[in-house]
Amino acid sequence: MDFLAPVINGFGVVLEPTNLLYCLIGVLIGMLIGVLPGLGPAATIAILLPLTYGVEPVTAIIMLSGIFYGAQYGGTITSVLLRLPGEASSVVTVFDGYALARQGKAGTALGIAAIGSFFGGTVSIIGLTLLAPVVAGFALDFGPPEYTALAMLGILLVATVSNGSKVKSIIAASLGLLLATVGRDTFTGETRFTFDNLSLADGLDFVPIAMGIFGLGEILYNLEERHNKVQAPAKVANVWPSAKDLKDSSAAVGRGSVLGFFLGILPGGGATIASLAAYAMEKKRAKNPERFGRGAVEGIAAPESANNAAATSSFIPLLTLGIPANATMAIIFGALLIQGVTPGPQLVQNDPELFWGVVNSMYIGNILLLIMSIPLVGIFVKILRVRAAILAPITVLITLIGVYTINNSLFDIWLVIAFGVLGYLMKKFGFEPGPLVLAFVLGSLLEENLRRSLLLFGGDPSGFVGRPISAVLLLVFLVVMLLPLLQKAFKKTRATAPAVTALHDEKERV
Amino acid sequence: MIFASHEGVSSGGSVKHPAAGNGSFPATLDELPQPLTPEQLAAEWDEEQPPHAGPLANVAAAVTSAALGIAGLAMSVAMGLGTPAKPEPGLWPFIISLVMVAMSVALLAFGRRKLDAEAFSSSSWQVAAGVGTLVGFVLVVGVAGFEIPALLLTFIWLRFLGKETWRMSVLLSFAVTAAFYLIFVVALNVPIPHLF
Repeated sequence: MDFLAPVINGFGVVLEPTNLLYCLIGVLIGMLIGVLPGLGPAATIAILLPLTYGVEPVTAIIMLSGIFYGAQYGGTITSVLLRLPGEASSVVTVFDGYALARQGKAGTALGIAAIGSFFGGTVSIIGLTLLAPVVAGFALDFGPPEYTALAMLGILLVATVSNGSKVKSIIAASLGLLLATVGRDTFTGETRFTFDNLSLADGLDFVPIAMGIFGLGEILYNLEERHNKVQAPAKVANVWPSAKDLKDSSAAVGRGSVLGFFLGILPGGGATIASLAAYAMEKKRAKNPERFGRGAVEGIAAPESANNAAATSSFIPLLTLGIPANATMAIIFGALLIQGVTPGPQLVQNDPELFWGVVNSMYIGNILLLIMSIPLVGIFVKILRVRAAILAPITVLITLIGVYTINNSLFDIWLVIAFGVLGYLMKKFGFEPGPLVLAFVLGSLLEENLRRSLLLFGGDPSGFVGRPISAVLLLVFLVVMLLPLLQKAFKKTRATAPAVTALHDEKERV
Repeated sequence: MIFASHEGVSSGGSVKHPAAGNGSFPATLDELPQPLTPEQLAAEWDEEQPPHAGPLANVAAAVTSAALGIAGLAMSVAMGLGTPAKPEPGLWPFIISLVMVAMSVALLAFGRRKLDAEAFSSSSWQVAAGVGTLVGFVLVVGVAGFEIPALLLTFIWLRFLGKETWRMSVLLSFAVTAAFYLIFVVALNVPIPHLF
């Protein structure tokens, strides 16, 4: 029972009233921002970071992760009712979800999506429970060279898998790495890039950067009034799907969950890719694929299970290796660091209450979300009428006052504004903000491990190739690096890509 | 890498959202727009994308990041590089700056034609105005407390940036400021500068 004891203790942590309350708050906020215009989960989590200062680490992370997977549920509602995906991961749900809504079966679509999401999420938590300790155990003997290679690979994957131009993403990532070097050099004690400014001597804080680039940048970007299309939501009647619909979609839910779980683990993967892949897979498997896009329940069930499964399993690289797989995970990583917890292989052993508390809270969160998505869905449909114009000043004030409360410093507000402008400009010029923030978070870890490795190897970089794990990781790094060039050579001879692939181009709203 | 082919398609704005409904929703299903095939939907979303900025935007971005990288290189060298065995503080920033310069050159050389930047439009002035209100907020908050700047900021965002009605804007900005006062000052006792 060695393995199960900490898992069960984790439930004890979750069932503490405070944690239950924060779990509820988290999934509620997640569901709301999924439905509401303007902000995605990463922006919301960034803006709410100051809120986590006063609470226990486990409580904070329970809430933040609730926002993340809660948004996957909420995003579905706008996809089905308005033909507009609330989150990038719900883009494919639009096709069949909206077709069903047109046929007066919006309820069925939402019901199937909720049940699929619940199933996908739950399968993924169980997978996470079983797999995470194994991965962590494997990574326990990682030394500085392995971490160097892993961090480099993580940054590169997030940069290349993101939607924008790869070159631009790598530029953004190197800017993030450069920003991470501001302040005192941990090895020599000399200050770098501080321009004799005392406020910079201790380096830049993660919170103003994340709040600025994700939060404020997104709000400013939305100010350009792109959202002025008036649309009518479809009526929602019966949300309980019929036995036939359930039977038709059950296999798709199962396949979507498994596919989503595995795609979520990969760095740079995540909910959006998982939902696209699951949709494509279902369409390929179907006996008459022409039903897809006209109201096939599998076309909702598979991507919705997959995006929830992926959202959950993307916690595995973060909690076991200390490498965030996507932008949202980068912010949760930052939140953990603020709390004095360094995610990594030791986390499962050293801090089992935190680890299992967070993992097990997801069961509770998914149950709460299922309740919110089926019996209470009417309330959230009403929220669709709240206008973005009203929310914008409120989120701005929360951001400005929130960042001030951390250090009681006006300098931090200036930082948020500066990074907000940077975030806005990056979006305008086609640079993804995710790689920058991820690289900033991993920057000091990467430099430290690189320098330790070089000390270890006596200054000879070829030492990285001499260790099997770091050699393999670097090989993968090279392959990922060179893949686009190879593909370009092939692409010239190949026919155009199908529409689903083109849709992936929708810029991920963070 | 099944999804890699999105490379060639240019992208623009973030995921669209309804947001701006003015309250009156048609009741029957017939008034809803027809469902579209994925291909049509993709085309429609593509049309709604804001206009692209030309290659010049990419050139400007590349030059800016190259300049940043070169400045990084210069400052790193000034900090001292050392050797891999005995690195000085400048070595790591030097490596990153080198990557940045190399990628900027790559963007300049090969990525210019990719239309993934958005053109600035007249509505971009709204963003500038928004940033102006934020700067005003910080300048005033340290001197006069947060209540008056918060009230003004909310009002400006609602009335002028959000095109809400005068009545709505006045009512809401007072309500929002009062709510913030109650939450941050009365309930949470946060040490934000305040008048009352």
